[in-house]
Amino acid sequence: MKLDRNNILTALFILAIFVFFWYGNHNFTAYSIRIWETTAIFLMLAASYNLINGVTGQFSLEPNGFVAIGAYVAAILTLTPAQKEAMFIIEPMVPWLAHLHMSFLPALIIAGVVTAIVGFLLGFPVFRVRGDYLAIVTLGFGLTIRVVSNNTITITNGALGLKGIASYTNIWWCLGWAVVSMIVIMRIVDSAFGRAMKAIRDDEDAAIAMGINTLWIKQAAFVTAAFFEGVGGGLLAHLITTISPTMFTFFLTFQLLIIIVVGGLGSMTGTAIATILVIWGNELLRVVEQPMNIFGLHIPGIPGMRMVIFSVLLIVIMIFAREGIMGQKEFSWDWLFSKLKGRGNNA
Amino acid sequence: MNSTVILQQLVNGISLGSLYGLVAIGYTMVYGVIRLINFAHGDIMMVGMYFAFTGVAMMFMPWWAAFLLSMIATALLGVIIDRIAYKPLRNASRISALITAIGVSFFLENLFLVVYGGVPKAFPVPSVFGGAINIHGVIFPNIAIITPIVAMIFLGILLVLLHKTKYGMAMRALSLDMETVRIMGVNVDLIISLVFAIGSFLAALGGIFWAMRYPAINPLIGIMPGLKAFAAAVLGGIGSVAGAAVGGFIIGISEILIVALFPALAGYKDAFAFLFLIFVLLFKPTGIMGEDLERGRF
Repeated sequence: MKLDRNNILTALFILAIFVFFWYGNHNFTAYSIRIWETTAIFLMLAASYNLINGVTGQFSLEPNGFVAIGAYVAAILTLTPAQKEAMFIIEPMVPWLAHLHMSFLPALIIAGVVTAIVGFLLGFPVFRVRGDYLAIVTLGFGLTIRVVSNNTITITNGALGLKGIASYTNIWWCLGWAVVSMIVIMRIVDSAFGRAMKAIRDDEDAAIAMGINTLWIKQAAFVTAAFFEGVGGGLLAHLITTISPTMFTFFLTFQLLIIIVVGGLGSMTGTAIATILVIWGNELLRVVEQPMNIFGLHIPGIPGMRMVIFSVLLIVIMIFAREGIMGQKEFSWDWLFSKLKGRGNNA
Repeated sequence: MNSTVILQQLVNGISLGSLYGLVAIGYTMVYGVIRLINFAHGDIMMVGMYFAFTGVAMMFMPWWAAFLLSMIATALLGVIIDRIAYKPLRNASRISALITAIGVSFFLENLFLVVYGGVPKAFPVPSVFGGAINIHGVIFPNIAIITPIVAMIFLGILLVLLHKTKYGMAMRALSLDMETVRIMGVNVDLIISLVFAIGSFLAALGGIFWAMRYPAINPLIGIMPGLKAFAAAVLGGIGSVAGAAVGGFIIGISEILIVALFPALAGYKDAFAFLFLIFVLLFKPTGIMGEDLERGRF
């Protein structure tokens, strides 16, 4: 990496984020720190989801399946043998897993790698279809993962789920992984791989005619995304400390879908902005679910109203503002400086 | 396992399959005319159940009136959804329309969660559908016999409508070339509305019979049958109405038989339809009775 202006500015920007949270870690409420942690994890999930859906243009609905795999793998690896023995009351755990125990970082990486391998194997059948069919097949995959995790009782403890997972995840883990994933994904988007991905998005037949091996490019996007979604699942498991098959429903995918649509399909900057908007908006909208008093008028809280608002939001965005916040554009320092200069010239 | 049990399971499977078939017709017709997988179709089925529930259990209507009103109201809802959410996206990319359909699906689910709550409601089953008859030691629940008969009657009406009337001709023409049909002076928007109305009407019918078969309804109940019906539509060849019915029977019967023959796999029942779907897409992407995917027709 060259030590030019843009890279220095990016490094300074990342440093500023860390300084902000170093300050925040001591001064913000535990509640807002928790939401920032969620935001960072969702940023990683949404950015990798956008790599498939936005950059490569392959509309898939798999994230909840990948996140579930990552969460289960990481949780099984960090739970102590004693905990596992106490928890698996329906049937004991298979022996080769029951005695495994490791620290957080290797567990996360293995979670990512296992998910990436699953993604790689899944890619071969699902990328034989395109468009709407890919969406349905990947949706089916997510459901299948849930059914499997419900039924493989000797590995996942079935519907009871896993409890007492150590809460290793803190703001630094989340930020660190979010930054790493953003850098990796942005580098991929800017590389020859990324250009091939965009070519597939814009016209797959033309891309094939240009000699692009579309299956491998799609696989590259899919496996990268699977790795980070797996790691994100591991982070989530160690943030919430309890996981069960019902946690990783299509709702998770729906949230990520809203994020990447709001931000603009194909724009990582847009994803970052939208993640903050959606996750924080989701928290602020809790107001509508709580009873409130406006000028003596009592309005009972309506549980579930947030999701109604979010789904209407998604429909409205699709009808009126399909480009999202950033469209397919990215923020770049060059753009910022040319804007600044341009304004100076015009004035 | 003796022949009585197998016969009984078969009747069960045919009854379940005709429900999948009814819902699959909506998927296949909508896909045929506007090339959209109507993600919300399973939820439209759920809405049909709740409308009927509201009519019978909360407004104390006679069951036939409530069922009929529910089907008509659901048909109207289907048309309204198309007009508000899908019509503005007719010329947008197919992915945009699909994302919108996912939004509509979530909207319906959460709206009904807000209105009716998440606690399952007991669906009131009219006594006509409640009993069972015993033929030579084999017990057939009435509902298992009535369902396929009703489904067949409506399928027959639909096929006549499609092949013997001008509206049906317009629908079939629309699935081949929308622009030409428009130039020929056909009111395309009206025909598309009609397709949504028919699909939603049949989804409500399927939903009501589903609710009488499994009489505990909740706002998320439409997801699974909806997805399996979609698998049935693809299996039968998306775009083909008769194919959707055949696909529904295949999915329904094999689901019941697999559970009956291999009880150990019962937990994986819901994943099975998808493995089936993936398998079909890999080896016969046009389904059993389908045309080329890009040129589906009824």
